[in-house]
Amino acid sequence: MPTTQENWNPGKAENRHPEATYEEKEKLFLEVKNDVRYSDFLYGCYECGICVSTCPSARFYDFSPRVIAQAMAREDVERIYDIITEDIWNCAQCFSCVRCPRQNNPGGLVTILREVSLKNGLQESKDALQGYSRVIYKVMLKGNQVSPDMLQPDFFPDWGPWVANFSQNMHVWRKAIPMDSIRGLTDVAWRTDRKTLLELYTIWFESGNMDIIKELDESLYDLLVEVMQEELEEG
Amino acid sequence: MPDNLTTVEQILERKSHPVVRDAQVAPTDDMHDRLLELEAKGEIVLQRMKGDTIEFPTKYGRMKKIPIEHTWHHKSCGHCGHIPGYASSILWLHRQFDLDYHDPTDQTSCTGWNYYASAASNAVGQAAVMSRNFAAAYETGYFPLIHCGTSFGHYKEIREQLVHHKELRDEVRRILDKMGKPLVIPEEIVHYSEWVYAMRDRFKERQLVDMSPITATVHPACHYYKIVAEDAIYDPEIYGGQRTAVVTAMLESLGINVADYSTWFDCCGFGFRHVLVQRDFTRSFAVLRKIETMKNEVNPDLTVTHDTGCVTTLDKSQFAAKAHDRKVGIPVLSDAQVAALAMGAHPFRVVQFHWHSTDWRPFLEKLGINWQKYWDEFQADLDAIRAGTKSGITWQDADQPIHLTA
Repeated sequence: MPTTQENWNPGKAENRHPEATYEEKEKLFLEVKNDVRYSDFLYGCYECGICVSTCPSARFYDFSPRVIAQAMAREDVERIYDIITEDIWNCAQCFSCVRCPRQNNPGGLVTILREVSLKNGLQESKDALQGYSRVIYKVMLKGNQVSPDMLQPDFFPDWGPWVANFSQNMHVWRKAIPMDSIRGLTDVAWRTDRKTLLELYTIWFESGNMDIIKELDESLYDLLVEVMQEELEEG
Repeated sequence: MPDNLTTVEQILERKSHPVVRDAQVAPTDDMHDRLLELEAKGEIVLQRMKGDTIEFPTKYGRMKKIPIEHTWHHKSCGHCGHIPGYASSILWLHRQFDLDYHDPTDQTSCTGWNYYASAASNAVGQAAVMSRNFAAAYETGYFPLIHCGTSFGHYKEIREQLVHHKELRDEVRRILDKMGKPLVIPEEIVHYSEWVYAMRDRFKERQLVDMSPITATVHPACHYYKIVAEDAIYDPEIYGGQRTAVVTAMLESLGINVADYSTWFDCCGFGFRHVLVQRDFTRSFAVLRKIETMKNEVNPDLTVTHDTGCVTTLDKSQFAAKAHDRKVGIPVLSDAQVAALAMGAHPFRVVQFHWHSTDWRPFLEKLGINWQKYWDEFQADLDAIRAGTKSGITWQDADQPIHLTA
């Protein structure tokens, strides 16, 4: 029979990820801990479980914001590595967990863990974001997260025949919207000035955002850099 | 027993009547004070509202100022991309009262949806995107009104980070310098549903459709009231001050019967990443924890929410559930769309019902609205656009309220 400690923390009972050394795992944890937001997101944990009781992902996955807060508070490097590689992409980022009476923000901790995972090129994160690159391309280049032309029946079969109906009528429906800033547009959500987009590209380069993209998807990185640099050079 | 201990009887007594909170004993710092300090030090430009404002209490009893006009409409990707009747209803409501507003093209997405989905950014990048948008609003003299719940929540959190971390402010300022922009933070971060809440009595005065046959449920949007929870409007008259008042108060002022259901606190299942690339979770959660629960407990005619992702998730998830014989079939609208419809907005030219999947016809029929008549009018518009005799629908076509039930 496993002990309580082993049940709570299977990562300590057994090294579930021998493919990474302890030093590699510790480096990731220290990156998380050194994030400017870390001290705002973690104050300790009462193990009360309020975060779990409100968590949508806990209802559908083997996922627990309480375990995340606990592992971080105990600085349990092995368990944190388990979380980075197995759990973080299940979080719905709704922030229901901030109901925490200790003022923790497990959803915020997940955000930092994800960011560190991407920066370090972890394969599990690349797998979780498969199929997502086109969205990153859209938001970084066009300044909109989604656009009407993304609503294609192949991508949204579970949304029913409405998607095909929309797709066939997209161009005329888009012209039948009274707002000047969005009327007629299909490849972006709203009309954005060129100057505004150049400023956005400047932010991506200056904030270190592009380094993250390079680790995540090198071809996407090359494509984005080529387009954005050309635009910035034109001015 | 010592005087400073609270008894169970005292707790029950307190919960038996509306909660009126005292801002003097709020458990958090007042963000307004911190912003004024930073302004005094010359670290930020604090943008102030112009013209009429109204104040309402937030969760801990502090007052929040809401601008009535001169607003810079920070649009939402999901509204403009996939639910355009949401955005056009917000602007249509402004136009009905001749309120001055600006619909900018110098605005980018907050990029928060992407960040919560992929984390393919960082704190500096996200703060710089927000600050660039706020600086763009400041340059026009109009005050930001945030359409998206996620942008609203994300910006509130970034504001906290900027206030608490000088190194973040310095880094963002370095990037903004390259664009010749100052670091601007508005005196309040305001969500459009707070403006809708502030305007609810004026909507009622101009109401043309009797909404009393309708029973609706409300899904409060997580990123509106869970992120930086203290900065959401609460009203002792609504849910005894125990839940946010926006959406519900407006529906009640229009005469809609708002029915409660047990999973009101649950999220919609959007999940940011999930809705785009792992929708099994999204569909299951939206149907099993929200739609089916509403259906079983109160069988509403409509469910109403105030955020992009919630409308999309709750609406679009219902189709696949029908194949599994789940109890679904509740149309989903935003509060702005409901208000516009009640005031006589055209169901298709303004509210744009045709972008919604779950069958909305029974809802309109229950209101006595002959939707077919308006759909035929709209089809004539589309035919004219296809024929090239009309370039598109404009405000000139859409502004005039209609006696929809006449």
